[in-house]
Amino acid sequence: MGVGWAMYRYDHYDQIIVNERVAQFRDQTRRYLAKELTDDEFRPLRLRNGLYIQRFAPMLRIAIPYGLLNSKQLRMLAYIGRRYDRGFGHFTTRQNIQFNWPKLETVPDILAHLASVQMHAIQTSGNCVRNITADHLAGVAADELEDPRPYAEIARQWSTFHPEFSWLPRKFKIAFSGATEDRAAVQWHDIGLYLVKNAAGEIGFKVLVGGGMGRTPIIGVVIREFLEKKYLLSYLEAILRIYNLEGRRDNIHKARIKILVRALGTEKFRARVEEEFARIKDNVILDQKEIDRVKAFFAPPAYDPTASQDQSFDQHRNGNPLFNTWVKRNTRAHKVAGYRVVFLSLKAPTVAPGDVTSDQMDAIADLADRYNFGEIRATHDQNLLFSDVRQGDLYALWKELQKLNLATPNIGTLTDMICCPGLDFCSLANASSISIAKQINEKFTDLDYLYDLGEIQLKMSGCMNACGHHHAGHIGILGVDKSGQEYYQLTLGGSPGNDAALGDRLGPSVAKAEVANVIGRLIDVFVENREGEERFIDCYRRIGMAPFKMRVYGGNVEEEKEAA
Amino acid sequence: MHVINKALQIVDDDWQLVADEADLPAGAVIISVARWRKERDLLLVRSGKLGLKVSGDTPLTDIAGDLQHFPLIALEFPKFGDGRCFSQARLLRERHGYTGELRAVGDVQRDQLYFMRRCGIDSFAVRADKDIEDALNAFKEFTVRYQPAGDDAQPIYRYR
Repeated sequence: MGVGWAMYRYDHYDQIIVNERVAQFRDQTRRYLAKELTDDEFRPLRLRNGLYIQRFAPMLRIAIPYGLLNSKQLRMLAYIGRRYDRGFGHFTTRQNIQFNWPKLETVPDILAHLASVQMHAIQTSGNCVRNITADHLAGVAADELEDPRPYAEIARQWSTFHPEFSWLPRKFKIAFSGATEDRAAVQWHDIGLYLVKNAAGEIGFKVLVGGGMGRTPIIGVVIREFLEKKYLLSYLEAILRIYNLEGRRDNIHKARIKILVRALGTEKFRARVEEEFARIKDNVILDQKEIDRVKAFFAPPAYDPTASQDQSFDQHRNGNPLFNTWVKRNTRAHKVAGYRVVFLSLKAPTVAPGDVTSDQMDAIADLADRYNFGEIRATHDQNLLFSDVRQGDLYALWKELQKLNLATPNIGTLTDMICCPGLDFCSLANASSISIAKQINEKFTDLDYLYDLGEIQLKMSGCMNACGHHHAGHIGILGVDKSGQEYYQLTLGGSPGNDAALGDRLGPSVAKAEVANVIGRLIDVFVENREGEERFIDCYRRIGMAPFKMRVYGGNVEEEKEAA
Repeated sequence: MHVINKALQIVDDDWQLVADEADLPAGAVIISVARWRKERDLLLVRSGKLGLKVSGDTPLTDIAGDLQHFPLIALEFPKFGDGRCFSQARLLRERHGYTGELRAVGDVQRDQLYFMRRCGIDSFAVRADKDIEDALNAFKEFTVRYQPAGDDAQPIYRYR
């Protein structure tokens, strides 16, 4: 692959594994089509390759480890979208991409294309360790202790086709963060790992376990304050072994590790893990040599030392209010002077959140080559990101992104929503999500008003599987089915970050046509009660649920029994 | 009945899985942990070979002291997706030092065999309605292993 990409590159071992996986899946597909495998037998095989059978067609989920892509890979995704799908893809909250219309018979060929650019769909679904995610600002954030991506990559390799842990009770999600601010929703993961420094000044991991969304949302608990790096893999092995043996398998809704941790209690679970760890810790030492090898791939690109001398950036900001607004909303500080981080908003008002066309992908790849060392990142809130743009290039980049409808200056605002595919695509969904996103966009069209409201994280799921992270939304929306009608359950006060919190239920679910209006009323309560520049979530935490509830339901809140 | 053996050959097999209430036939029998507990003394004086059936629920510490009596342990996979016995296999081999034959029984199909073998299982009673010849292909699918397990693999980074 090309030079300059600050990302992990396969050696021949990695390449052999993905190539052999393509051949294996090709044969599994052949056996299914030849009726040697029944539907039920093929299901777990295709799922662990990210292949779902959806409402209208199969859906293929492709892994983007910790969200990092190069331009060549993005061009391949564009090609796959065009040739095997309907010319677009959908970025997900696990920093992956999904295609909604490929034909089952073509999936082995798609995998072969992916393997040619060091990509795959391994373990993007199924009851196994899923794609490992990390802070989307890894490597460029000023508040970072250490780049978490080398560890995410090492854990990715360790968990790929792990023979003992490929048939877990349920899916298993791992996330890493190395920064002060948690941008990776670490506490909501089955295992969450923060890079931290101990009293002796050594860097290691703080380990959380038992977080997860879904039907029973739970925030993870700390089971180890400090884990030496060399024990990363053996500690993961200890946790997964306890879970594999003791996690419930009798009820799919009680099978995640969070249920086991809660049933045993944190102390007992910790004792089990520590006992196992003590026995095996030296079996799989993570060698410093390997850490150094992987770290070298993520070394910073060759930054232009003269980048901060550029004068044009300030001139354009002063001369063009639209540009200035975009800079304020869609770019962030970079640890290197003269550079900024740029969000490509996938939340244009008329587009389903997270969707990108193949033409856009090609254009983004070209822009990445021109302005961002050929790299693109997918964020867990379904946007794309250029991590290393010279300030002197921002104006030209903005012009290009505008043409591509990727410059909507709404990052961090109410309309920068997380939204699952919902009933429009997904066979699990109870209700539509995309149409609600549209409804909200149609109500909140005044960008200045959105800016005045400050940061509001709105997250929406079409069913209780919670792919849209509604539990962690400042405002959460959950689609429910009420006697065949689509209704929406709202929650307030959730958070994915350091202050992770589970949203509280507002009251009875509301009819589809009412959702945006109800959000309007919630926002009114916020505006009337807000102190200074207070964020919505902070205001909610201060004044509590009562005023919001009163405004939405009046004095007559009729509680009802619901599955939600 | 046919099984795949340690050398990855398909061979005839005369081990008989015997239900708890059934009379013990002559020859090599596989019995439950419950029966072992109940009839231990009788079983020990019997002439045929003894195998023990272990499930995902069996606490291995309960049987750890008895392993020398069993030239075969049958690990039960009640359904394809139930992965507990992958851990049981590793623990029997690596923690309890079991060196006899570890056999996968139950819902045993081609697409688990490679993982089973990597966890220390060395014989495979492939489901009777599945093509056992075809199942042998499972062992040829992968030539690279990222992580150590119950086999002789080292972490891939030791080879890099």
